[in-house]
Amino acid sequence: MEVTITINGEEVSRDVEPRQLLVHFIRDTPGLTGTHWGCDTSNCGACVVLMDGKPIKSCTTLAAMCVGHEIRTVESLEQNGRLDATQLGFHEKHGLHCGFCTPGMLMTARALLDHNPNPTEQDIRTAISGQICRCTGYQNIVSAIRWAAEHEAAMKQEA
Amino acid sequence: MATIETTATADRPIGFGRLKRKEDARFIRGKGTYLDDIRLPGMVHGAMLRSPYAHAKILSIDTSRALAHPGVAAVVTAKDLETLGLAWMPTISYDTQAVLAGDKVRFQGQEVAFVIAVDEYTARDALALIDVEYEPLPAVVNARKALDPDAPLIRDDKEGQTDNLASPLWEAGDEAATDKAFAEADTIVTRDIIYPRCHPAPLETCGMIADFNPKTGQLDIYNGNQAPNAHRTVYAHVAGLAEHMIRIRCNDIGGGFGNKVPVYPGYVCAIAGSIVAGVPVKWIEDRSENLMSTGFARDYVMHAEMCSKDGKITGLRVDVIADHGAFDSTAQPTKFPAGFFHIVCGSYDLEAAHVKVKAVYTNKAPGGVAYRCSFRITEAVYLVERMVDALALEMKVDPAQLRMRSFIGPEQFPYETTTGWTYDSGNYAATMREAMRIAGYDELRNEQAERRGRGELMGIGVSFFTEGVGAGPRKHMDILGLAMNDGADLRVHPSGKAMVSISAQTQGQGHETTFAQIVAEELGIPPEDVQVRHGDTDRTPYGLGTYGSRSTPVSGAAVAVVSRKVRDKARLIAATMLETRAEDLAWEKGRWYVKGDPEKGAMIEDIAAYAYSGDPMPEGLEGGLDAQVIYDPPNLTYPCGAYICVVDVDPDTAAVKVRRFIAVDDCGVRINPMIVEGQIHGGLAEGIGIALMEVITFDEEGNCLNGSFMDYLIPTALECPDFELGETVTPCPHHPLGAKGVGESPNVGSPPAIVNAVIDALHETHGVTHLDMPCTPARVWAAMQGRPEPPQ
Repeated sequence: MEVTITINGEEVSRDVEPRQLLVHFIRDTPGLTGTHWGCDTSNCGACVVLMDGKPIKSCTTLAAMCVGHEIRTVESLEQNGRLDATQLGFHEKHGLHCGFCTPGMLMTARALLDHNPNPTEQDIRTAISGQICRCTGYQNIVSAIRWAAEHEAAMKQEA
Repeated sequence: MATIETTATADRPIGFGRLKRKEDARFIRGKGTYLDDIRLPGMVHGAMLRSPYAHAKILSIDTSRALAHPGVAAVVTAKDLETLGLAWMPTISYDTQAVLAGDKVRFQGQEVAFVIAVDEYTARDALALIDVEYEPLPAVVNARKALDPDAPLIRDDKEGQTDNLASPLWEAGDEAATDKAFAEADTIVTRDIIYPRCHPAPLETCGMIADFNPKTGQLDIYNGNQAPNAHRTVYAHVAGLAEHMIRIRCNDIGGGFGNKVPVYPGYVCAIAGSIVAGVPVKWIEDRSENLMSTGFARDYVMHAEMCSKDGKITGLRVDVIADHGAFDSTAQPTKFPAGFFHIVCGSYDLEAAHVKVKAVYTNKAPGGVAYRCSFRITEAVYLVERMVDALALEMKVDPAQLRMRSFIGPEQFPYETTTGWTYDSGNYAATMREAMRIAGYDELRNEQAERRGRGELMGIGVSFFTEGVGAGPRKHMDILGLAMNDGADLRVHPSGKAMVSISAQTQGQGHETTFAQIVAEELGIPPEDVQVRHGDTDRTPYGLGTYGSRSTPVSGAAVAVVSRKVRDKARLIAATMLETRAEDLAWEKGRWYVKGDPEKGAMIEDIAAYAYSGDPMPEGLEGGLDAQVIYDPPNLTYPCGAYICVVDVDPDTAAVKVRRFIAVDDCGVRINPMIVEGQIHGGLAEGIGIALMEVITFDEEGNCLNGSFMDYLIPTALECPDFELGETVTPCPHHPLGAKGVGESPNVGSPPAIVNAVIDALHETHGVTHLDMPCTPARVWAAMQGRPEPPQ
């Protein structure tokens, strides 16, 4: 079946099997291997992307279900050579080791800050609780997202 | 030790400090290159058919329907592999393992047939079209039952094997002296302690792309393994290929934790598939395959006795059954069939100890690899730290105090343990006091009593560990005959920028940053001017890779030593440049200068430029500024740490919540404290998982009950507290930088602290004196009701 999905603002059309998973559809698009696959069962969140601004697990979403929806992946975060606050935060606060969970974590962080620009530690922990990181013990991810929130607030104030 | 926030200072920066990681730039953009991100022209995809039974004869395999499926290129079975001599492969412990099962299957999830097809979906479709006729056999999944005379024989493929013993009884320590210590003891405690089977479960599963070029005979391998050079040697032996025609590239690896140390059947199938098909073959396992078939960890069934005299721990006796699963592919140095388990004396000045270990086969997946653990030290530390608490309970003394009384004193180092280890250094009491200070230990005990009065169940758990990491000295250890050394190759380019090639293999540990910092520190150049090359056997020196916390202790030492070699060469060149004698030069921050005339000197970049120029070199010295070394560590390094855990047990649901976790690590000199702390956070989270949630179990027929992340529970951000870290620094006396290694310490040290805390929460009110991991609500509830599970 022919499927057209808007990914990072661009329409991507492809003839796919109805069973094709969104994560594979995205990864088959040239240059978009930042979205990872980790578990098959919606537990790990390495595959998290935003659908219409909300985090979803692309390993348990069919590509065909996304027709007419806007998908955002990690590759969209950097705009015109400027890193997103979440990306800067993960670097500043050592919020990543192996980097495999990072794209999913970044997308959840972005969605959280879009809806709640000043999250508490508990808000952040709850927001990322559907995702697994095997390396960091989460503490620095929490700090990274908090850093991003403060950074964005400071930027806004400056502007 | 200088601490720097940024390297952009005018004052020539020195390497050590909280430098932000170089590798982040690609990861935060989603531009890492993990295995599945690599797509080669003409590449086909493999999928593995696995056994539904734990133990069954294979009567027949019919692949005709699968072969007829559109898009399927080949179906490989044991028969096909036999013609290539690849049906069985050697394991890392000198056993053999079936690549594809031919005679029978010996664990659920064992590899039976390998399909190669145009894409992953088609390959997996074809798996359902392979008809295998099995005759189920009785299975044994319990290590103790495996030794029953009527237990089914698992390894009937091995000539002369008449029982399920995987290796003969192995002993360490002094049995007679231990008997004496027990005979003279005031107090003796006994426990049956199980360290259950768990799994490293890195977020990226295992896989390989094999690309054999029939025209040139070159085999290109893309793989995420922790020891690429050793893997290349193994493939040369297994596949009969010339070693120099094999190139293994490990780009970015999505975590390893020991799971990516072994060679797996899927790798051999991908290689065989590419040799047969003449095109690149990609195979990546799914999560269930990872949990059900690849290297598990632990599975030690232990019986222990500990004794004390005059208020001090004096003796330890341990009898272990190690469950190795169907094939002994446990990762151990050759001479250590139980790994480093006999470090079980822990941090205490014991009179004597005696350890017996025997290993059995069961109808479970093979492995026994470390899970962030240096060769069974995790099991050893768990055992001794649980036993110390059991003894403290019996003696009615505070568990922290019993430890303080029994520690090896700082003046006793180097310390020979009764089981044969030589600890290099430590100040255990100081480390313990620091943890107690941060925790506010006495106030915590007061708070506990107060809460108990209100019906709340608060527990405080203590553990103290000594690790032995950085395997290892070639006089003592090897793996498959390969010395556990690491190479480093450093080139300073004419511009003064440098490249260091290493044999350690990062899986997230930040080697591109830390190793650049070591070179920077030693040569006095900015870390950003040092490129770290790794993960490519064609472009890196030989060495045994990253596991057992060996990166900094071995590879890091190699990098320090090679940097000093370059510095020494630079000194000779500088002497020529400055028209003086080398011994008249002194070193400071990236510069050799004339003693007594500090204004007269040469910067490292000037020396480098000179070394590659047409100017005359010193007599007998070759041009260029480079060096290489193979580092052979004189001993393991022995980091230690004191951990204190505070838990709350819900009286109504028995759910355990880790409220606080204090970790004071002494890993010697910290090159990048930010990365060290990150490693500790990660290991503590894993320890919480192991203590409370993570376990691989089987039913009596050998069905794996934890084959997905829905059943194999991993802690999320909600189960982990904000960790409270501290440090003491006892530099390693024999490491060139004084560093000791840290990656595994938190996983080693945290489970006993957590379990001790849970028991501490329940002992006074519910009489609980023992619990096995994981401390799930069901298990804790049963213990609270006075129904502890019987020992296995």
